[in-house]
Amino acid sequence: MKFRTFSKITAAAVAALAVAAGSALAQTKPKVSFVYVGPIGDMGWSYQHHQGLEAIKKEFGDKIETNYVENVPEGPDAERVIDQLAATGSSIIFTTSFGFMNPTIKVAARYPNVKFEHATGFKQAPNVATYNARFYEGRHVIGLIAGKMTKTNTIGYIASFPIPEVVMGINSAYLAAKSVNPNVKIKVVWVSTWFDPGKEADAAKALVDQSADVLMQHTDSPAPVKYAAEKGIYAFGQASDMTQFAPEKHLTAIIDNWNPYYISRVKALIAGTWKSGDTWDGIKDGTVVFAPWSKSIPADVVKLAETARDEIAAGKRHPFTGPINKQDGSPWLKAGETASDKDLSSMNFYVQGVEGALPK
Amino acid sequence: MDLLANVLISAMIAATPLVFAGLGELVAERSGVLNLGVEGMMIIGAIAGFAAMLATGSAILGLFAAMAGGALMAALFGVLTLTMRANQVASGLALTMFGLGLSALWGQAYSGRSAPPFPRLYIPGLTDLPFVGKLLFGQDGLVYLSLACVAGVAYVLTRTRVGLILRAVGENHDAAHAIGYPVIGVRYLAVMFGGAMAGLGGAYLSLVQTPLWVERMTAGRGWIALALVVFAAWRPLRVLLGAYLFGGITILQLHSQALGVKIDAQLLSMVPYIATIVVLVLISRDSARARLAAPACLGKSFHASS
Amino acid sequence: MLKLEPRREPSRLMFYLTPFLAIVLTLAAGLLLFRVLGKPPVAAMQLIFVEPLRSLRGLSELLVKATPLILIACGLALGFRASIWNIGAEGQFTIGALSGGAVALAVYPATGWWLLPLMSLAGIAGGAAWAAIPALLRTRFNASEILVSLMLVYVAVLLLGSLVHGPLRDPDGMNFPESRIFQTALPLIIPGTRAHIGFVVALVVAGVAWLLLERHIIGFQIKVLGQAPRAARFGGFSDTALTWLCFLVSGGVAGLAGLFEAAGPVGQLVPALPAGYGFTAIIVAFLGRLHPAGIVLAGLLMALTYIGGETAQISMSLPSATTSVFQGMFLFFLLATDVLVKYRPRWIPARPAGAPAAPAAAKPSAPVVAARVEA
Repeated sequence: MKFRTFSKITAAAVAALAVAAGSALAQTKPKVSFVYVGPIGDMGWSYQHHQGLEAIKKEFGDKIETNYVENVPEGPDAERVIDQLAATGSSIIFTTSFGFMNPTIKVAARYPNVKFEHATGFKQAPNVATYNARFYEGRHVIGLIAGKMTKTNTIGYIASFPIPEVVMGINSAYLAAKSVNPNVKIKVVWVSTWFDPGKEADAAKALVDQSADVLMQHTDSPAPVKYAAEKGIYAFGQASDMTQFAPEKHLTAIIDNWNPYYISRVKALIAGTWKSGDTWDGIKDGTVVFAPWSKSIPADVVKLAETARDEIAAGKRHPFTGPINKQDGSPWLKAGETASDKDLSSMNFYVQGVEGALPK
Repeated sequence: MDLLANVLISAMIAATPLVFAGLGELVAERSGVLNLGVEGMMIIGAIAGFAAMLATGSAILGLFAAMAGGALMAALFGVLTLTMRANQVASGLALTMFGLGLSALWGQAYSGRSAPPFPRLYIPGLTDLPFVGKLLFGQDGLVYLSLACVAGVAYVLTRTRVGLILRAVGENHDAAHAIGYPVIGVRYLAVMFGGAMAGLGGAYLSLVQTPLWVERMTAGRGWIALALVVFAAWRPLRVLLGAYLFGGITILQLHSQALGVKIDAQLLSMVPYIATIVVLVLISRDSARARLAAPACLGKSFHASS
Repeated sequence: MLKLEPRREPSRLMFYLTPFLAIVLTLAAGLLLFRVLGKPPVAAMQLIFVEPLRSLRGLSELLVKATPLILIACGLALGFRASIWNIGAEGQFTIGALSGGAVALAVYPATGWWLLPLMSLAGIAGGAAWAAIPALLRTRFNASEILVSLMLVYVAVLLLGSLVHGPLRDPDGMNFPESRIFQTALPLIIPGTRAHIGFVVALVVAGVAWLLLERHIIGFQIKVLGQAPRAARFGGFSDTALTWLCFLVSGGVAGLAGLFEAAGPVGQLVPALPAGYGFTAIIVAFLGRLHPAGIVLAGLLMALTYIGGETAQISMSLPSATTSVFQGMFLFFLLATDVLVKYRPRWIPARPAGAPAAPAAAKPSAPVVAARVEA
């Protein structure tokens, strides 16, 4: 049959041609691998992780080798990709999306000598560490700015999927905005995608049409920021510094700066001191950083934001400090009580004052 | 009232890439060629337009480049299916795969760059009218162009000799050949027109709607455009109707969320798709003739027997 | 000028030779592509086409990846031969996984020998039920099955997302959108790998499809309906019954493929489960010339280019965009060279004016894969 013949011929022909091209290089250097869920050109989540890989390259130069696989879907393909990386000599593998959790755990069980690091998950093993960033701290700071900057008292929020990470961000931003502007409202539009610039722009339009004049987003493309620039309203960038898309109107961005974490982990690997664990870094550790404040933000608001940033870094302020009620009015945190990490990382409810519904 | 006008404006913007791409595919299909590669042609149009705009500083040249890019992709499809008589369904899907890859490769240098806002029409007095002002007189030029294209294609298909030949080729290529029409030549032109329009639809996304370039930014719109051609029963005005229906419901869905409707967003996101099905059922329910609307030679490859 | 003349009979030589020709062309084009990108071309192609075949892991993954493609494509081939266009196998795949998976979650943590068969049945039923919607709307209301089946893909994916974010969410999963890990998994056919029983089932399905299409009256009816719908009507075949049959079978098989993915390599329900197999299977169906044996080989070949592409990304830092460009080119060449099986290229000197026209060649028989779309 056609294809059987074909495969044989292919194998023969290509193998013959390939004799000279010997690929496997005996390797002793540690190899650092990354698995991305999106393209490295997404300007958002995967892009920032890839910046981390670039930082590692710069830091360690030819002491290490690196490679990456992009556009890996979170379904059945993930396990194969991770397995193949482990089998082909990777020393440490960073799997940078929540959906890679169970595949990472499964592969790690087969390769006890390879180190694994899974971003945003909650399952660890002796050779699987987890890490995440306290983006809600950043949301608190931009929430304060948004509450001060809005003239219509309406903040527009473009959200992706109702996972704890995103819900936590909405709540944090809303509580902060409310604390400086009691009349503020937050309107949330879920676009059910991480990445669809057209739909994100449509959502931005819908929010602006309903009188939002400050936009926040938890999706990956710069389209909403771009739209804000066109409409002359304010927006915050997501994941990376998006100033270039709206030089006047981009107030700041929460930047996912994984570089310090990645460098420290590779350093530990080389030194032989790598240990599993769960890391949740924030502003204090330089993982959550802000793009330069826009000139449009008045000095007193900059001061407010910087105070909040510094207090969070110093551990003097927690974005979720009671009293806080849930959306339905039932109490969540008592006065003075702060949210536990477990409560945060499994958050599936809105706080009082946020409108709309989450799937139950 | 203002909100309603804004919803309508947003709906038209969301629908415009679908109008372009759907209309182009309609012409190709009326000539008897089923090109499932719309998504691939759109994304090439998006990057070609964006790259040309950055290189020349002219959005108009960008649009021409987008059309050229889409048409080139379509020509490739033509070589495969018309000259080499490869299977159209599989070739179209392969074209999409190829286009998504090529655009990503080409676009690496443009990732994260952005385009200046595309100018909108402004007629003092008219554009300032309440409600209808911005809706009728304040859109970007491509929205008007898309409407003109719908009218143009409708006119050419039904009222001109060119349209007659095109339809003849799509309905019965053997007969058309016997009369002496160049079946393959007509099909090449139709397919390339389809490619150019898909390219324009892609460029609308990268130059007007967002306006920026990011990988995979067409996000499945090519498939919706394909579905709209079927929805429209191969009639240009109904492509417009279908695209506005789909775009309108998508926008309404987002608005209802912003209003705080207590329905799970993913369930709400289904509404445009379900509504399209329901409307299709309603309009094709009574007419046994609906099925006759498909060009009889659609998807069949042609070989002149003499 | 160069003209293509129809052959009286498909050329057996070309039947075997054209894939070789396609690979030569792909090698040439790949040489150019990889040279332009500054990657060693020969090594790149070796990584894509050969490397995965050289280890047990590569081979077993090939089976894993090919399983859903073969299953779905076999079902689709049935309909495509009859010119019944189920473009929405992706949605049926999704609903199959969802309904089959829901059974496991409903009885959790109970398990036993009966669970997998029950899940499989639920998967088949789910896929068939989802496919019944376009069948019903087409036979009852004349609504195009292309549009309906395609639109239902989006609905299915959103439904899976919604349920996995809500009712089917793992209660111990920190509210992340994924179900529990199933209490049972598909038996493996190669221990230590992920290759599961699904591949055997796919081969059985291909065998049954072959019997049905080539040896059974239904296969004949399907073929006639596809190639000469009017003759079919005169012959007394029921268009409606065949439409139902094709949709239920292709939907059921796609649903089974979905359940196999969920219960096999993934082991739970996740929102990203629909990874495009339903669409890729359409290419596989046609690449295999709508013949079950061809589909098995085409499914394996297609799987090879995916896995090889990953290998090249890993070993050579080839961006994923490059592999899809390469994959697209490879498909183009395979599809284009196919023409030589049925046609003979001939150099025809320009005819002197007044000379009699060449005698009409035998009219080409309708191409086997004549694609016809009805709305």
